[in-house]
Amino acid sequence: MNYDNRLENVTVLGAAGKMGSGILLLTSMEMYDISKKPENKDKHFVLYALDISQKALSGLMKYIQGQLVKQAEKKVNALRKVYADRADLIDNAEIIDQYVKDVMNIIRPITTLESAYESHIVFEAASENPALKIKMFSQINENSIVEPWFFTNTSSIPIGHLNKEAKLDGRILGVHFYNPPAVQKLVEVIKCDESKPELSEFVSKFIKQMRKIEVPSYDFAGFIGNGHFMRDALHGMSLLNELKKEMSFAEAVYSANKISQDFMIRPMGIFQLIDYVGIDVCQFIMKVMNPYVGDEIIHSPLLDSMMEIGVKGGQNHDGSQKDGFIKYEEGLLAAFYDFDKKEYVKIDEVAIKGDEKLGALPNGYLPWKDVVGNPKKMEVFVKYFNEMKTMNTAGAKYALEYLKRSKQIGVKLVEDKVAYTAEDVNTVLLTGFFHAYGPINDFIN
Amino acid sequence: MKLRRKVYMVAGYNTISMGSGRKEFHPKKPRPGLEDYMQEAGQEVLKQIGGAKNVDECVVGNFIAARYNRQGNLAGFFPMIDEGLKYKPAIRTEGACASGALALATGIKSILAETADVVLVIGIEVQNSMKAVYGADVLAAAGWAKERKDGHTHFFPGKFSDRAGKYYEKFGYEKTRLGMATWYKNAVENARLCPTAQEHHNSTEDLLAVGMMKPNGRSFVDNLNVFDCSKVSDGASGIAIMSEEGLKRCGINPKDAVEVIGLGLAENNLTQGPADLTKLDTTKVAVEKALDMAKITKDDIATIELHDCFSIAGIMALEAIGLAEYGKGPDFVAEGNTARNGKIPVNTTGGLVGWGHPTGGTGVHQAVTIWEQLTGRAGESQINIPADRPYGLTINMGGDDKTLVSVVYKKN
Repeated sequence: MNYDNRLENVTVLGAAGKMGSGILLLTSMEMYDISKKPENKDKHFVLYALDISQKALSGLMKYIQGQLVKQAEKKVNALRKVYADRADLIDNAEIIDQYVKDVMNIIRPITTLESAYESHIVFEAASENPALKIKMFSQINENSIVEPWFFTNTSSIPIGHLNKEAKLDGRILGVHFYNPPAVQKLVEVIKCDESKPELSEFVSKFIKQMRKIEVPSYDFAGFIGNGHFMRDALHGMSLLNELKKEMSFAEAVYSANKISQDFMIRPMGIFQLIDYVGIDVCQFIMKVMNPYVGDEIIHSPLLDSMMEIGVKGGQNHDGSQKDGFIKYEEGLLAAFYDFDKKEYVKIDEVAIKGDEKLGALPNGYLPWKDVVGNPKKMEVFVKYFNEMKTMNTAGAKYALEYLKRSKQIGVKLVEDKVAYTAEDVNTVLLTGFFHAYGPINDFIN
Repeated sequence: MKLRRKVYMVAGYNTISMGSGRKEFHPKKPRPGLEDYMQEAGQEVLKQIGGAKNVDECVVGNFIAARYNRQGNLAGFFPMIDEGLKYKPAIRTEGACASGALALATGIKSILAETADVVLVIGIEVQNSMKAVYGADVLAAAGWAKERKDGHTHFFPGKFSDRAGKYYEKFGYEKTRLGMATWYKNAVENARLCPTAQEHHNSTEDLLAVGMMKPNGRSFVDNLNVFDCSKVSDGASGIAIMSEEGLKRCGINPKDAVEVIGLGLAENNLTQGPADLTKLDTTKVAVEKALDMAKITKDDIATIELHDCFSIAGIMALEAIGLAEYGKGPDFVAEGNTARNGKIPVNTTGGLVGWGHPTGGTGVHQAVTIWEQLTGRAGESQINIPADRPYGLTINMGGDDKTLVSVVYKKN
């Protein structure tokens, strides 16, 4: 079965979720492109969007429609050629509209698993629950009329475990998109020892077609992305504990966040990133990862405490940020959570003590957005971090420690055979987390 | 042809050219509509001419509000500008991006026909009502509808990209690109001096480097970069056209007005492509007619407002006028001849690339700019008008060198 035939019938599990909806969008566009090839004109392409709630599926279809319009607007040049033989479609508006209708026509929103029995490919983006994933995979695999391939978007569960428990015979591969899949370039690909090579070949082509970047990772819980992020987050939280000795909880959140954003020139601070991913999601990923890492503990009592009082972070359906460690107003950091007082304290208030404690940013500081696209950014960073080393402030000290820890985590991922190479670790952080420099660098020794 | 009666223009006004580039522009926030621009431009002209009572007739030039704003019958807005315009004759003209100058021509004809002594003329377009990718569909109506299907996503940039491509082929890419980049640089530098210009806030340091950017057909069109293109703009311009009697009635000193001494209109076949992609033939004819009527030559002109919907169109227009030899337009620009301190300052407030291009408003905006320059009202944009060259020239083009209006103005 060739690439095109394989894509004739596909199911996305958990399609209405944040990751599932993005994977559905990308897959639908790829299936549409293939369906337009002359040799495929008699084939019928079907993409099942499976989720548990009808309400969520209605929302999903609206989201897909809106996204398809945006995607189509960006590629009208190409679409005018695709519809060149349609004399009735003249304006860009008509062509965009037709494209959206045609892609939507491939998608079938459903709530029952039975439809997936005829799919050659099952993309899974359900919640990060091993038992649930195994149950769905087993059921589809047992009842399928074909021999389906399973691509799981898990960001932490070992693929070999899923393969074994669901008895998939190596017809499984980890294909880990980053959030939001429609925008993020990075896809981590994880094969287990049993994974059949055909699956990797297919996925490489699929990723290439979508103009995304593939980074392979060993089949180790957390893989590269979360392998770094979770440990990085734990360092951020231990920094918070350290800072707390000399300031309030809210001031410490502010300061740790500022160190990991401004001082380190990252796109967001560590607590903003935890909120972005979701405190609940981070807690869950740590729980999944922890049993597999022998020599350290991947667990945060602080995250547990936050969950207990119901502060979860994450995003609303419209993509806006929910409050977590930080309170957001129109996307901006407005206030910081004080666990001891159980209330948010305004940024102006916490900044006074926080900034005083941290001291000034090193000379040569540039915000992340001003430096990330600079072709000579590495020179900027060398100079900047050298300057930082000459400083005696708490901000500089903690930032250098953080930088060192981040590098240590990266190096260990290669040593522990989670990542194949140091370059892969850096690529994941650069493309999946939008860092301006990789953690494995020579800024500090 | 000759003018059988003296015709003047006076009391010009430009609204801001609103759109991307202006600090106050936000695509998702509500903005003024047609009514607001019409009212602003109209009332500001009326203030300068003693009110609506002095107006005999109104003309509004607009390309395609029917699609941008779901609005036709624009002449009906005049009585909204001022109660005093109720029941007065009003006309709307359309000739794509030359709609504004067609409104001027209509006003001039009314003066010549002695059916009016004072005509209020407004040119207007509000284009930011939709994204540019859909606006391209609307603007494509300036070409032949039957060509749209095979045309480019960005229909008109596509047309002028083909022209630029042919020009590169014939005269070389490097020097042509340098001429086009210099065009952009001049346009923005002039716009910075004019508070109503869309590029007024542009703070790019190395404008020439930006203009030199290599075109990318994948993301836009093959032979033009986005800096070669005029802007998507909302705006209106207004001016009054008068006879000598009209000036007296409004109490206006002729020194505050400019005299219209040449008018050249020319039309070409919409269903046919250009005979030669590297030339603007219709533009040439219109300019010759206007200069003939004015009995002056290109060398007598102090300043020009011409239709640079694309930088390459501006360069070809210089060749059509005869200021630059065929194939030497880019050199003429790169040598600085068209800069504000050059031999013949062109588009002194930025032109379509720098000031903006509210399509139906552009023809009137050009007249207002010339009026300001010849009467010393151009503020920071003011250039020197030599005593032996007291003339200004405008060229307003509709479609791909199809509907042309050229006017010669004289300082009083």
